[in-house]
Amino acid sequence: MEFAPQLYSAALRMTRNQADAEDLVQETYLRGYRSFHTFRAGTNLRAWLFRILTNAYINKYRAKQRRPQETELGELEDLYLYRRLGSMESAAASLSAEDQFLDLFTDAEVKQALENLPEHFRLPVLLADVEGFSYKEIAEMLDIPIGTVMSRLHRGRKSMQRELYDYAEQRGLVESRPE
Amino acid sequence: MSDLERAPSASCADAIRELDAFLDDELSDGARQHIHSHLDTCMDCLQAYDFQAELKAAIRRKCSDDEMPPGLLAKIEMCFNEDFDGDGIIGPTG
Repeated sequence: MEFAPQLYSAALRMTRNQADAEDLVQETYLRGYRSFHTFRAGTNLRAWLFRILTNAYINKYRAKQRRPQETELGELEDLYLYRRLGSMESAAASLSAEDQFLDLFTDAEVKQALENLPEHFRLPVLLADVEGFSYKEIAEMLDIPIGTVMSRLHRGRKSMQRELYDYAEQRGLVESRPE
Repeated sequence: MSDLERAPSASCADAIRELDAFLDDELSDGARQHIHSHLDTCMDCLQAYDFQAELKAAIRRKCSDDEMPPGLLAKIEMCFNEDFDGDGIIGPTG
């Protein structure tokens, strides 16, 4: 039960809906309880539970598409947000010494940025950046090759950085520089 | 041995390309060492790496603290204490 809060957080990011997230967590514990005899003592219980959660999400809530939408408008550049720090200098100057630049973004914005990602990006980024699973573990949970995990992580992270930058622009934190 | 390990030291292009894998702790020891060597001498790349590491940590921090709805824990525990499939046995069977 110690993992319930983490599972709930992850479920919320996956389903983007509190009621569904609660159902998903209950479903996870139910399936876990039923199949606990298959769990090998000494192995990673947390990974095991998250695998059940991810599987339950995919089976029940995944958008009913035949193929994930892999087409993108265009490849975003690497270090998308980092390269735009210069345009946020004034906003950053208002931070106290203890605050990090990224404290400019509220928790709600960061959660929303993640939740705005299409599923094939959102799940890998959630499992890697929030939950700390390895490429191999993520590949097993999502039943995709490791290469695909890496590619979706790379592109998903850039997409999330663009979402964050969009929030910064909306809040007027970005200066437009005269040419 | 990968290309990265064959080269005497990583270039900036190598470092940016391998950034994700480095921060995800997915590089081999040799590859990681090559990146380290580059970061020791390249302030630009080091700053980019620092920022990306902070970004990753901020994402983890800010996306992990959701309040559990009151009663959810109790609902979960109830599953383990009920005969909810009506077979006369506490808990799920099968």
